[in-house]
Amino acid sequence: MSLIPRALLAAGAATALLLTGCSNPLSADQAAEENLDGRGPISFAMGRNDAAVMMQVIDRWNEDNPDEQVEFIELPGEADEQRNALVQSLQAQDGQYDVMALDVVWTAEFAAEGWLQPLEDELAIETSGLLPATVESATYRDTLYAAPQNTNGALLFYRTDLVETPPETWDELIESCPAAFDEGIDCYIGQFRNYEGLTVNVSEAVNAFGGAIVGEDGQTPEVDTPEVHEALQLLVDSFADGVIPQRATGFSEEETHLTFTGGDAMYARNWPYMYAIGESEESEIAGDFAVAPLPGKDGVGASTLGGYNNGISVFSENKATARDFIEFVQSEENQRSFMEAAFPPVLESVYDDEELLEEYPYLQALKESLQNAEPRPVTPFYEAISTAIRDNAYAAIRGDKSVDEAIADMQSAIDAAGR
Amino acid sequence: MAESARAGGANASGPSLPPQQAGPSLPPQQAGPSRRKRDWRPVYLIAPSMVILAVVIMYPVLRAVYLSFQSDRGFDQDTGRFIDGGFAGIAHYTRWIFQQTTSSLGETISCPPGTLCSNFWESVGVTFFFAGVTVTVEVVLGFWMAIIMSRTFMGRSLLRASVLIPWAIPTAVTAKLWYFIFADQGIANRIMGRQVGWLTDDWAARFAVIISDVWKTTPFVALLILAGLQMIPQDVYEAAKVDGANAWQRFTQITLPLVKPALMVAILFRTLDVLRMYDLPAILHGVSGASPTTTVSILVVADIRQGNFNSASALSTLVFLMIFGVAFIMVKWLGANAIRTQDAERKGA
Repeated sequence: MSLIPRALLAAGAATALLLTGCSNPLSADQAAEENLDGRGPISFAMGRNDAAVMMQVIDRWNEDNPDEQVEFIELPGEADEQRNALVQSLQAQDGQYDVMALDVVWTAEFAAEGWLQPLEDELAIETSGLLPATVESATYRDTLYAAPQNTNGALLFYRTDLVETPPETWDELIESCPAAFDEGIDCYIGQFRNYEGLTVNVSEAVNAFGGAIVGEDGQTPEVDTPEVHEALQLLVDSFADGVIPQRATGFSEEETHLTFTGGDAMYARNWPYMYAIGESEESEIAGDFAVAPLPGKDGVGASTLGGYNNGISVFSENKATARDFIEFVQSEENQRSFMEAAFPPVLESVYDDEELLEEYPYLQALKESLQNAEPRPVTPFYEAISTAIRDNAYAAIRGDKSVDEAIADMQSAIDAAGR
Repeated sequence: MAESARAGGANASGPSLPPQQAGPSLPPQQAGPSRRKRDWRPVYLIAPSMVILAVVIMYPVLRAVYLSFQSDRGFDQDTGRFIDGGFAGIAHYTRWIFQQTTSSLGETISCPPGTLCSNFWESVGVTFFFAGVTVTVEVVLGFWMAIIMSRTFMGRSLLRASVLIPWAIPTAVTAKLWYFIFADQGIANRIMGRQVGWLTDDWAARFAVIISDVWKTTPFVALLILAGLQMIPQDVYEAAKVDGANAWQRFTQITLPLVKPALMVAILFRTLDVLRMYDLPAILHGVSGASPTTTVSILVVADIRQGNFNSASALSTLVFLMIFGVAFIMVKWLGANAIRTQDAERKGA
């Protein structure tokens, strides 16, 4: 026998050793009990896209706290990549990131993994001034696991040259559609491509009718209810009647703003970022549009929340500093600076600021939208549940299956999500 | 300085000596084995790279296979916390192949729409459909382009260089480019003067992927075939012409057999490439498991996004086996053919 295969065998044996050598020396639960009063320098990890806003906050903190400096760690821009970076570090149980900016939909999963320090007892923070839905998005099983950093809510953009008063209910919106059809443009557009945006749009319809997707435990499906039937039926009918054009089944945020600012739709559901684009030079409708809260069933509808929550890693060595820092992020001054970067704040009082109201005409509508907002399901199986919602809702709005079928499938897919 | 350089030079020439010494001793083949037993140098030289290969390639592969037999994290209903999954056996494999999952009551049910396992066979079908159609179209177009490029005409080098541009562009950029071309108000629909739902209709979406992929990789196929065409000596054609063979006969009797090895390499490369395709359909249509253009690789990533790392390992092991099987069949069948062609050519020559 030649020696080369033998060398290969040895290498294989070494590999086999490595394969089985993955154990758990220290549990996350133990880590959660430690370093509760630790003070000293900490790190703050966040995606690079919005880093500039956060850097100002960190600079202000560092000026006042020379002994407890915050170091900014830039994560990749893509949400999935950010998540991977955080998960890898937390799985390795190192305290590389003390405070993490978590997309609202990751919060429950990270909490269920035991990676987030519960914000209770000496680490508790004040939440009374915050928008209620943002606090809800950070609460898993009645415990607050993160501090809301900034939020994001949807707005109904409408053409002021075609619509006198914005619709408050879906019925009003549908009744006003002929004005759009007379102009040869679409009535209502939103994000109905089969991706996360569809989950958001469907949840908004469900919330508008007072339905829910999962129960209190974040897992038991609750979509087989009259409210959800009504909500999905509304979307299906809107597509069938042309209130929403068929092509919107290929729309994400990008197509929405291109279509609306191109003057090809009367109503559009989108995030506040579209306001600046609508007023820019490329826009066909600058000066001819305004915003309102999303329509609901009997009154103002409910937006789905976006945004970030700040979580403290259980492996952090300086948790007391981390706690003070995430509370500092919520201070009025910092939240105001978020607003200036079109980064909707979580602090309710900022929305009443006269100066800001003048500068940002959409602020009033955004406040109303956010006061009625609902978080997406707070569940450790968010991605699977989101897939269950959007795959089946997509089939229904394209007419591939009936509303009843779609909801039955949604129900069993959510049920199987937690396996 | 000069001395050290000279010393380096002497060292560098060192390793080239042994082969020269070994050279003369090789012809008497019988002496070989006894000599080789004492000569450990090849082992020393190869062992480091073997170890690196083992660590870099074998470890991840073996680890993925090992993980595919482990359960994904479980969930403790009482505490709301994840717990270790333990050993799973072949449960992940049966879950994908038979499209079965467990309900919250613990019953085995067939995967409801909206779960990733319900998309398995469809995505396998889509993957093979993409492989079959794109490779066929690319080989036909590529062959045609290669024949044109192999002729001598003005601006030939310019054409060769410009044809390669689509292939030189990163796939992610290509995909985004075609995404805008196929957009609702995009160029494709404007040129055709009608509304095709390239991004919303199932079959139009699949052909959008095929068209982009053909545009992107035909130049690569053409280049490989061109390399093969250039190897064919011109006098063979002249001899055939003298013997009275027409253009079609020259193509089927000379060009095709002689270019076959290069052609087979092109087909093999492209087939394997398409079977593991991810980026193009992912950017064109998104990474949802239920998209009409979901390939198996997209499904693997979708499963990872749901946090099911071990079941994703099982799925990627299945992809590996699938690609390995196709490669094996192609090398065994078509590869053998290519060698025989060369043999025949040698005998004929």
